[in-house]
Amino acid sequence: MSIDVELQQAATKYKNKQKVKDRFISAIIGVFAIIWVFPIVWTVWTSLRPYKDVRANGVFSIPKTLNLDNYTQAISRMELPLYFWNSAAITIPAVFLTLFFGSLIAFVVSRYSFKWNVSLLLLFTAGNLLPAQLVFIPVFKMYITLGKALGIPRILYDSHWGVVLIHVAFQMGFATFVLSSYMKTVPKEISESAMVDGASVFVHYSKVMLPLLRPALASLGVLMTTWIYNDFFWALVLMSTDSKRPITSALGRLQGEFVTDYNLLAAGATIAALPTLIVFFVLRKQFVSGLTLGSTKG
Amino acid sequence: MSSTAKDISKVSRRRAFSKTDRTTLSAFVGIPLFFHLLLVWIPAVLTILLSFTYWSGISISRIKWAGLANYKNIFFDTPAFWEAVKNNIVWLGWFGLIATPIGILLAYQVDRQIRGHKFYETAYYLPVVLSLAVTGIIWDFLLRPDGFINGLMGRDIDNAFSFFGNYDINIYVILTIASWRHIGYIMLLYLAGLKSVDLALREASSLDGATEWQTFKKVIFPSMKPVNIIVIVITIIESLRAFDIVYIIYGSRGGLPILGTLVFSNIAGEGASMKGAAYAVILFVLSIGPIIAYLRATFKSDVQ
Repeated sequence: MSIDVELQQAATKYKNKQKVKDRFISAIIGVFAIIWVFPIVWTVWTSLRPYKDVRANGVFSIPKTLNLDNYTQAISRMELPLYFWNSAAITIPAVFLTLFFGSLIAFVVSRYSFKWNVSLLLLFTAGNLLPAQLVFIPVFKMYITLGKALGIPRILYDSHWGVVLIHVAFQMGFATFVLSSYMKTVPKEISESAMVDGASVFVHYSKVMLPLLRPALASLGVLMTTWIYNDFFWALVLMSTDSKRPITSALGRLQGEFVTDYNLLAAGATIAALPTLIVFFVLRKQFVSGLTLGSTKG
Repeated sequence: MSSTAKDISKVSRRRAFSKTDRTTLSAFVGIPLFFHLLLVWIPAVLTILLSFTYWSGISISRIKWAGLANYKNIFFDTPAFWEAVKNNIVWLGWFGLIATPIGILLAYQVDRQIRGHKFYETAYYLPVVLSLAVTGIIWDFLLRPDGFINGLMGRDIDNAFSFFGNYDINIYVILTIASWRHIGYIMLLYLAGLKSVDLALREASSLDGATEWQTFKKVIFPSMKPVNIIVIVITIIESLRAFDIVYIIYGSRGGLPILGTLVFSNIAGEGASMKGAAYAVILFVLSIGPIIAYLRATFKSDVQ
């Protein structure tokens, strides 16, 4: 009996000790969490203050006014709607095509058994991991050469479609990998009964598998949207006309142009970040599961 | 014998594909494969070939064989290359010894659901969803001569500390910014892996009187092997490929030479030499090891 009591006492003692320790850990992580979000908060704060006020009284002064003037200014002077349109014109088709192509390969690889299935999957996954720098020069030349050959110089180079295609070609690898591991969890009986019923391959894909893939497609779609929207490299190297650039690459130039008025720039950066922030907060579950679908298989 | 693939293969073997089905299957594989090969693998091979040539990049008939000249030039006559190698090693060391372990420990604490874990998770993950262009602007507000930190240090614009311009410390400034993203990314990856760790395992070890640190070190960490490999590989690949944040802060000026930007400053624009291609190949060769490790970790179950 007394041993039991002693044990219990030891356990509570241990638990209390752990509780104190946990509070301490929580406090440290909390302090750093605040430091972590501070740069973002500071940017939003800066964006709400008029430039003149900061100029006259310094960055640490208590603001006389807080308003959204910088935002309206940024939208008109930085032509943000134009760049947003460019971002949409690249991101939306690229995400849809990536998911579509990825789902096709994943479907074949996971539902039919060909000798080359694993090799094909390896090819796509490895392709996704190649450094962009390794493929850039020939892609650039191909785009220019094709434009010259067709007599439409800007058919791919300096066009939204050129950027769309390179994103699709690269991200397809990741989509294939994620979707095929997801499809492997779909019971084989579903495919078997479709085949026994005499469904064609096309019907098997579009009517049977595609609807089942919806959750995975949603997660992957959310993740791809933020990746492609945030991309900086491809739009920079495959485009030359500023007015065609997506908002993330355009920001670099705007930063140079509006370098002195950084309250305006803060508003511009906040607006540019809004779509991904909204996606993150609204579709957070899909976002997280999209990331983990691909990374923690097995 | 009971694996899904084998059973399906029985089904598909029982019945030969109709002509339409064969066409459909060929199109399903062929069209995506065409784009992937054309825009990823073929250019990759071409870049490797081009790295052994002299070419101004204009007409294909002007390509001249250079042998190893581009590589010799890089290894023996380009001090910036070795400086970049050094910087990438520092980058890898910082990520591997500081940023990634912090991300892992954070994930562990958040997973234990310590008080405020939901807020912490969001706070640390927030920087990851921002584009690096926005990240660059945000940190410029803090670090510029008339920015927040200089203000905090009581320095005005005339005697401001130059965080980006001081070449002794600028790599650590950049690494701080890069870690701001990297830590959250690793945390989230690890968090997903931790969700799959058996709760019973953890409870058993805490009943045995193991401290939290012992539990983590002896029980949790070893049971996370696949995720550990992926996290290590991602850390190495990200350290090798670092490009965006440095390019955003310094442009193609060489404020901080790293392999990723050297490639870029040598291949951007017409008339560039094929030294850029050679840089890209070096970058590729360095990433082969981690790529294979990644593939092995993720394809283990398929190959077996």
